Amino acid sequence: MQGLQILIDGFTISSLYALGAIGFTLIFGVSGVLNLSHGAIMVVAALVGWYAAGDLGLGTYFGSVAGVASAVALAYLTYFIVVRPIQRSRTISKEETEIFVLTGTLLWGIMIQVGMAYLFSDNPVTMRPLIAGVTDILGVRTPSNEMLIALVCWLAIALLWLFVNRTGAGKALLAASINPRGLTLLGYELSHIYWLVWGIYGVLAGIAGVLLASFLGVSTGNAGQLTASAFSIVVLGGLGSVSGSLIAAYVVGYLETATAYLIAPTLRPIPALILLVMVVYARPQGLLGRR
Amino acid sequence: MHSLVRSRLFWISIGAAVVASLLPLWLSAYLLSVLTGAYYFGVFAMSWDLLFGFAGEVNFGPTFLIGLGAYSAAILNNQYHLPIPLCLVAAACTALFGGVLLAVPALRLRGPYFGLVTLVAVLLLQNAIVIFAKFTGGEIGMTVFDVLSIDATTNYYYALGFLVVSAVLLTRIANSAIGLILQASGQDPVEAAVLGFNVTKHKVAAFCISALLSGLAGAMLIFYMGAASVDTVIDISIGVQIIIAAILGGRRTIVGAAIGAVFLIVATEFLRPLGQLNTFVVSAVALAVILLLPDGILGFALRAGTRE
Repeated sequence: MQGLQILIDGFTISSLYALGAIGFTLIFGVSGVLNLSHGAIMVVAALVGWYAAGDLGLGTYFGSVAGVASAVALAYLTYFIVVRPIQRSRTISKEETEIFVLTGTLLWGIMIQVGMAYLFSDNPVTMRPLIAGVTDILGVRTPSNEMLIALVCWLAIALLWLFVNRTGAGKALLAASINPRGLTLLGYELSHIYWLVWGIYGVLAGIAGVLLASFLGVSTGNAGQLTASAFSIVVLGGLGSVSGSLIAAYVVGYLETATAYLIAPTLRPIPALILLVMVVYARPQGLLGRR
Repeated sequence: MHSLVRSRLFWISIGAAVVASLLPLWLSAYLLSVLTGAYYFGVFAMSWDLLFGFAGEVNFGPTFLIGLGAYSAAILNNQYHLPIPLCLVAAACTALFGGVLLAVPALRLRGPYFGLVTLVAVLLLQNAIVIFAKFTGGEIGMTVFDVLSIDATTNYYYALGFLVVSAVLLTRIANSAIGLILQASGQDPVEAAVLGFNVTKHKVAAFCISALLSGLAGAMLIFYMGAASVDTVIDISIGVQIIIAAILGGRRTIVGAAIGAVFLIVATEFLRPLGQLNTFVVSAVALAVILLLPDGILGFALRAGTRE
């Protein structure tokens, strides 16, 4: 009974982790950027979605769309205000670009977080469930919304997979993550690829944010925690590896859920953190990393 | 030209130290207390700069070392009533141990991977403190029985003295051969090793020095404030502020980190009437500095000096 409960709850939370982390790893794979404002972008999607669905009276579905749209807009702002100026700066040497992008996006994330707390207060918000009702899975009463969330996550991941593997633009994206110079030589404009990848990133982070608000609720204070968990999942799976991130998301999600149910909810993050340190130490490139 | 800059920086630092030591003549006890906190923060930022600016290690967890020092001092004072000097020695030792603990992965991992390990170290320490609430006071924090002094001016001089001693020590190290070897091994460890430098030894040494000063500063800070809590010495946001301070002031300058820290703390204090938005404004200013003047305030000032 409890085992089944862990299986079901763990599945939903892991799917959300996977969706959140995939955007993060995609950006790293294609443009080498670790975006530390990731959590803040998810929080914005959640808050805007909640506000549009409730106070603006758009309803849950259009509210969710508004939330995702805000995440896309914010992803582009992040790229054009913070990331691109640092990458193109002449005074920052190549070796130091990485740490400047980290610090820059971190500051940007704090600005977004504080700005949102100012506009919406830092109380946690919860979106209405996308569908109502409870389903009985082998004796475990599960909200139907929880199943829908897992379904939407996998749908988004499947669409991404189809896009990357089956369309020309997607294949160009994949090529850019392997060898950007080669792609330029073939006549592709890299800046178009960056436009595309930041847009996809915004959509993925936005969906993850909105679904999180509908499942657990989100407050502006969560931004740091969300970034940290995406970062750990992505490193655990291997930076830049999408399938690695998927596996890592399930490992972390189930480990956390099992700890919360079987040991104590307060110890929830600890086993995952210890596992992370051990894996990174024994295998610095992560489970399926290539660098 | 280089020695001119060096000497100019030297004279500016001497001038700043003299002015700072005369400030208690004019400033109110409140402003002195703001500066006292800022000076300890300056030591945090300078120690971080030794690791980042020179050894090239992306340390997201400066508060791991600070927190180890602060909490071991607080526990010894609160639970076992040890006198302050003994607590400080113990804090330095614990932090040193923490430094070695961080140095081990630093020798194996690079860039973001090491950054994540340091971040996890902070999270684990934070969780450990909450779990062992019986000894550590948990989320509420703990008070210490002894304080350095109840007089604002005396406290100010303790902090200023500590800042100056740390600055001299760190600058000496950074400008010596050790600093150069650290820079070399930070930029290209393989080539540094090929040239015959012992990369491992130098990196471990850098971690030890940084940890020692961070832990000591953390312990002094709690004996100044009279209490230790997760929010004041361990929370990741404190670590972020330290990083911002060091980059704002100018990385790889040591003294710049202290300037950045004092600027950051004083600016936050003066923007307090803005309420919640003060963090927003401070972060925006820091972001603008990073985008427009990547060498930081001091780096920019020194470069402008050499161009004349």
